[in-house]
Amino acid sequence: MLQQAFNGLVGGAFYALLALGLAVIFGMLGVVNFAHGAFYMLGAFGSYVLLDSYGVNFWLALIAVPLALGAVGVALERLFIRRLAPLDPLYNFLFTFGLALILQDLVKREYGVQSQPYPRPSALGGSVDLGLFTYPAYQVFVLAVSVVVCGGVWLVLARTRVGMIVRAATERPELTRALGVDVARWVTPVFGFGVALAAFAGVLAAPMRAVNPLMGSDLIITVFAVVVIGGLGSVFGSVAAGFAVGLVSALGNYYVPSLSQTLVFILMAAVLLWRPAGLFGREEAL
Amino acid sequence: MLRVDGLSAWYGEAQALRDVSLHVEEGEIVTLVGRNGAGKTTLLRCLMGLHPGASGTVRFLGEDVSALGPHKRARRGLGYVPDDRGVFATLSVEENLLLPPVRGVRGRGDGPEPWSLDRVYETFPRLRERRRFPGTKLSGGEQQMLALARVLRTGARLLLCDEPTEGLSPLVVQQIGGILREVKAAGVTVLLIEQNVHFAATVADRHHLLAEGRVVESLDNDEVLAREHELLQYLGI
Repeated sequence: MLQQAFNGLVGGAFYALLALGLAVIFGMLGVVNFAHGAFYMLGAFGSYVLLDSYGVNFWLALIAVPLALGAVGVALERLFIRRLAPLDPLYNFLFTFGLALILQDLVKREYGVQSQPYPRPSALGGSVDLGLFTYPAYQVFVLAVSVVVCGGVWLVLARTRVGMIVRAATERPELTRALGVDVARWVTPVFGFGVALAAFAGVLAAPMRAVNPLMGSDLIITVFAVVVIGGLGSVFGSVAAGFAVGLVSALGNYYVPSLSQTLVFILMAAVLLWRPAGLFGREEAL
Repeated sequence: MLRVDGLSAWYGEAQALRDVSLHVEEGEIVTLVGRNGAGKTTLLRCLMGLHPGASGTVRFLGEDVSALGPHKRARRGLGYVPDDRGVFATLSVEENLLLPPVRGVRGRGDGPEPWSLDRVYETFPRLRERRRFPGTKLSGGEQQMLALARVLRTGARLLLCDEPTEGLSPLVVQQIGGILREVKAAGVTVLLIEQNVHFAATVADRHHLLAEGRVVESLDNDEVLAREHELLQYLGI
């Protein structure tokens, strides 16, 4: 039972990182980034290719891959998303959705659909005695890193001027501009940062999950549910809901395996009936 | 200070402003009076650069700002106080005050002195007490003070205030009147939307009556007071 809960938290760590990126992007740009799962997948593939072809180890990949994909995100925002933003939101939905399919198929063409192996970094190969049970060290590491990263992002949002601008622009972009803040200047870095977070989660996933072209699209549906449960655009809500959904699906998997696929969506429906704007969402934000 | 020529604005097919021309001189308080839907709020939004479907020219301090985005207009000294006060729920009271950048840090030296945070807190002790609370935990009157103090802190030269007295108690309305007179004395110019014509006549110098997107009459204080009853009836208050 406790071990299941721990599994859930580790799974939730990925949901939280991905939902966090989606939430800041949605908040700041009003864009639902359907390509988010594809960047997660590219993060995992990026670290696989770096190791397989160039012998670059996990630790370096954990820094380099998010930076590189974050730069790709910056270019995408500058070249496409920014131009589509003044039009109907549907254009960016279609653009990011199409982009996800293209990226997925390009990887599929190159590597096929079978999973690629990625070894655990040697320093984290063993297991840790957590008192009540022993647990693979790598999984403990993933959970800790995710908590630290989410906490760090929260600190930046809560305590810095940039964070204040992001919060204000998320709540009321137009008014923030009318008060003299150049919101457009912050949009590109925020998008790049969100993409980098997805890539970071992908690199973290490589040693413990199957590295294959579909890993992003499998996961992202649940992440969308997480973001909706947390409240669209609510950063804190996304992270909290990420861990909560991880817990619920792990425990659900254990106790009612027949419902494991649908449980998250039952939870989402229940939350929406109770609070239409999500757990931490504000009604007017919709 | 501000000159508007041939300003028209649309919401899709519906025209909200028709060829509006008006000017505001430095140090004046000018009000816009009119029924709901006359186009007052749209006019302020156009001046701020927030309305996408607008044509005509807006000159501020001699410069044509019609093509500039809202943040550039704000940095040139336009201070916007929206009709819902625009207090951020996700920002604390103090963060609400600190969000807009202070004008003048980029070398525009002249114009009224920006209010320091200390001065804001001395004038509105309640904001100091609540500075760590979310902005929207304040009462309506306090939120209005916050919205005003926020643009005064930037050193704005022309305040665009959208019905600052709406829904507030007479005591708070009086307080706001006092602040408007005080900032005027300090050299701040104000363009004010106001339905309370009596209040308007006590703080302002001139008045424009808007109807169906046009400026139909321009009045001075004596005319407003002499016609107060008629105007109130017209406004449906």
